[in-house]
Amino acid sequence: MNDERWQHLMADRSPSFVDLLRRASPHLLGTPAAAGDAHADVPHGTTVLAMRYRDGVIMAGDRQATAGYQVASRRIEKIFKADDLSGVGIAGAAGPAMEMAKLFQTELEHYEKVEGDNLSLEGKANKLGQMIRMNLPAAMQGLAVVPIFAGFDEKAGLGRLFKYDITGGRYEETNYDAQGSGSKDARDSLKKLWKRDMGRDEALRVALEALIDAADEDVGTGGPDLVRGIFPTVKTITRSGFGDVPEDEVKRTCEAILSDRTLHGTGS
Amino acid sequence: MPLPYYVSPEQMMKDKAEYARKGIARGRSIVTLEYKDGILLVAENPSTLLHKVSEIYDRIAFAGVGKYNEFENLRIVGIRHADIKGYSYSRGDVTAKALANAYSQALGNIFTQDVKPFEVEVLVAEVGDSNNGTKNEIYHILYDGTIEDEKNYAAMGGQADEIRRVLKDHYKEAFGLDEALQLGVRALTVTQNKTLSERDLEVAVLDRTKERRKFRRIPAEALAQLLATAK
Repeated sequence: MNDERWQHLMADRSPSFVDLLRRASPHLLGTPAAAGDAHADVPHGTTVLAMRYRDGVIMAGDRQATAGYQVASRRIEKIFKADDLSGVGIAGAAGPAMEMAKLFQTELEHYEKVEGDNLSLEGKANKLGQMIRMNLPAAMQGLAVVPIFAGFDEKAGLGRLFKYDITGGRYEETNYDAQGSGSKDARDSLKKLWKRDMGRDEALRVALEALIDAADEDVGTGGPDLVRGIFPTVKTITRSGFGDVPEDEVKRTCEAILSDRTLHGTGS
Repeated sequence: MPLPYYVSPEQMMKDKAEYARKGIARGRSIVTLEYKDGILLVAENPSTLLHKVSEIYDRIAFAGVGKYNEFENLRIVGIRHADIKGYSYSRGDVTAKALANAYSQALGNIFTQDVKPFEVEVLVAEVGDSNNGTKNEIYHILYDGTIEDEKNYAAMGGQADEIRRVLKDHYKEAFGLDEALQLGVRALTVTQNKTLSERDLEVAVLDRTKERRKFRRIPAEALAQLLATAK
């Protein structure tokens, strides 16, 4: 009588939360593709970046979401903790991207609880790629999600970072990368400023220089907002875990960069 | 045609209950105690790989005694229930009460409908939040779906009654972790004539002072230290 139930349990021993949702609540999964082009009306996250430094990786993102020519939000967060040793920076359609980050967090935690063990960094990066691929129909209509994934690889003892394309293609970057509308400017900046084995303070400064450059050149990217007191979010991922860089430290560094630029006339 | 023989429902339930109780009595016991900063779970379990105590969600832990494969299944189903609920509503909406009720329904159905009942007892504990004044909750669910909520301490497994008696006589509110652990281990020892060392124990806490995920295993070295300070 209960054969079915037990066969079901045996066959469904997958530790994946996404697989579980697909079976149990498929309506919670993925962004349904809309008719027409949704791109212009939907808030988009703009610039996020990740780079390696001496202790691991540092991730940073501006705080603005942009819908067409409008500022949709000035305070969104784009860098999410995925688990204790990794983080995701989201760019692209903000709604689906934040949903994907939440699903990814749940996926990693679910795996950890069911299996009693963590996924490898490689495994996490692949899983995120599969989730981006699931979003492909929506991406084709302008709701693309292109995150950066970075984490500390315990086995290799170093920080690693991965970028993706809209089809879920996964590419490992060795030193730094940026995503979103201001990514080209941020990358150009990082190309000149990034050095091997930077300390935390220097890495923080370089990350913020790159974000300020992106905000300077890209209309979608928000710079440090001194009037409202809104500053980029910066996170570090090291052997000892995922940590915030405190806001007043970010603020001080931003102010130092801006005053140097004023002093040297490089801001004009 | 052979006549199908008649068994009265009373007899059938009695047989099933006896069968389940025997299975559970063969296994080792688990105790739970509330302490100052949360809830302590102590299991007698020499294995470091097959757990009897584990994490379900941010503030919720699970413990099972009896047949491993059966409570392991219940554990995974519980994690799924919690993660789906937390994902579709919010993390704060996942409660031990809903989970304990789901376990109670599942075990009750299996007990009445299946030929063989589950030979397990499970415990669902949720640590309270000092910020919004919620209290600790401990639910104890038996093989037939009977559900009880326990205060301060709970014991389950083979010799639970004797263990409970020790806990009742010596439990004090606002125990420190080391005191609670000492009493837990002492209670587990009453049913046998050997002392339990850190190698025979699996210990975890729901620690209110932790961020978000409150569940924490106490590794053997730390456990040895805690047991030593208690003496």
